[in-house]
Amino acid sequence: MLPDNLREFAVAAAVETFDAGAATGGKHDRGELTLEIAPASIVSVCGFLKHECKFIRLSTVTAVDRYPAAPRFEVVYHLHSIERKERLRLKCRLNGDQPEIESVTSVWRSANWYEREVFDLFGIAFRNHPDLRRIMMPDDWEGHPLRKDYPVTGPRV
Amino acid sequence: MSEAGIPGGITTIVEGQETPSGPRRMVLNMGPQHPSTHGVLRLLLELDGETIMKCGLDLGYLHTGIEKEFEVKNYQQDVTLTDRVDYLAPLSNNLGYCLAVEKLLDLEIPPQAQWMRVMLTELTRLNSHLVWLGTHALDIGAMSVFLYCFREREDILRIFEMFSGQRMMTSYFRIGGLALEPPRGWAQRVKKFIDGFPSKVDEYEDLLTNNPIWLGRTRGIGRMALEDMLDLGVTGPMLRAAGLKIDARKDEPYSSYEKFDFEVPTRTESDVFARYQVRIEEMRQSTRIVRQAMEGMPAGPWKAADQHVVLPDREKMKTQMEALIYHFKIVTEGFRVPEGEVYQVIESPRGELGFYVVSDGTTRPYRVHMRTPSFGNLQATSEMVKGTLIADVIASIGSMDFVLGDTDR
Repeated sequence: MLPDNLREFAVAAAVETFDAGAATGGKHDRGELTLEIAPASIVSVCGFLKHECKFIRLSTVTAVDRYPAAPRFEVVYHLHSIERKERLRLKCRLNGDQPEIESVTSVWRSANWYEREVFDLFGIAFRNHPDLRRIMMPDDWEGHPLRKDYPVTGPRV
Repeated sequence: MSEAGIPGGITTIVEGQETPSGPRRMVLNMGPQHPSTHGVLRLLLELDGETIMKCGLDLGYLHTGIEKEFEVKNYQQDVTLTDRVDYLAPLSNNLGYCLAVEKLLDLEIPPQAQWMRVMLTELTRLNSHLVWLGTHALDIGAMSVFLYCFREREDILRIFEMFSGQRMMTSYFRIGGLALEPPRGWAQRVKKFIDGFPSKVDEYEDLLTNNPIWLGRTRGIGRMALEDMLDLGVTGPMLRAAGLKIDARKDEPYSSYEKFDFEVPTRTESDVFARYQVRIEEMRQSTRIVRQAMEGMPAGPWKAADQHVVLPDREKMKTQMEALIYHFKIVTEGFRVPEGEVYQVIESPRGELGFYVVSDGTTRPYRVHMRTPSFGNLQATSEMVKGTLIADVIASIGSMDFVLGDTDR
């Protein structure tokens, strides 16, 4: 459910009207709006935001590892609407074992490399991604460096 | 090499075996050590004669795990990491990161520090554009421009050295203001430079703008539609050269940019030449901003008053016990940043630079993600060079002005 205090924001209200079950939470903090989206609805919500709410730019996709908390991963999307002069953050929470989410490359082509980066450094798989390979690390690398249980120093085992 | 390791779905050619696409096709590796890629980037080009049928990119050669390293240093130490991302615009990176953390801390920055930040960031833009212009012209074959550009760049680096003691990795902006008091005599130095600079820009234009070879190599080359660029995540001068008036300094002003009078130049042709014109005009506009900042520089403190975050003055440390304790605490432990997350965007010379900083309430960031403009822009390469001639690839990727350190982080 969308928190009541967020209904005054046009975008949040529009997302709730579009799909009542999609927004599972959110906050407005330091002038920035965050909506938590159910992972299953991410592509439809992104498509709606791009085509109906004029968020034509996907600024970046990244992730945060909340290890050892559960659900472990947050996939974070930053959207930008040039016309509305607004930015919006979407967040999807994923469980730690075999995290997987639908790719938004069908909505914005720019998601391609960003999702590859998240796949490479966090080990989150994106379904229906056209080219899901490592991008920063070598192809034969083991492990995902930006996970919290990946050590910063020490020999490679 | 396994087929999975080749980007863009390009198939390698095995000797004595015809490729599925026919005998005329060949795959050419450009880079990772190609001079025009300015760093280490590998382009895989599938050619039909001299025409590019497909282009795949292979990056990550300069990946140093900077985002991971952010998590093990404290907030103030992390400023030094931001320099090393986009090494041609270190102060822009410093600014983006500091603004993000200051937003988390809800810290007010005194006017002098804000204006000083604007002035130095604009000098950084000049520095970055000069390196771009010099190397871009060098790639296309205009060697003398490179020498002229580096002559002026040297003056800017000397100004940076005067302020921070460093030419490139300045780390001059700190969370809470500036690292050091602005040096004596800075205004004369900056004035001398910007008084002479506009005529230097004329000089570059004399060499290039009406030069038939330059026009032949850049006009109509590297065309791309605005919709495609927006969809592929391109930002900055490339969008402005396609007619979109977008600039974070105007749209989402930070660090008092709203107090400065400047234009956002645009062109509509969206080719290599238009990007050149946009950047040349940006240099003139940046000079205007530097002049306004220099002439109107407000007096007052150059760092915030919050003693939990900003190091105390040396004098106070010698006389006040409390100042000494705060100094000890900040140096040994760092300062705590309230829990939360912010996404701060600034206009770097290359486009939209975003810092996503997540804090868990400790003295080290929980996560820092950099949305770097080079990474976003580079993604459009395959699309841009498809169907063009191989000689134009150099001009096209030169016009994107990417820095591989910024791409790979």
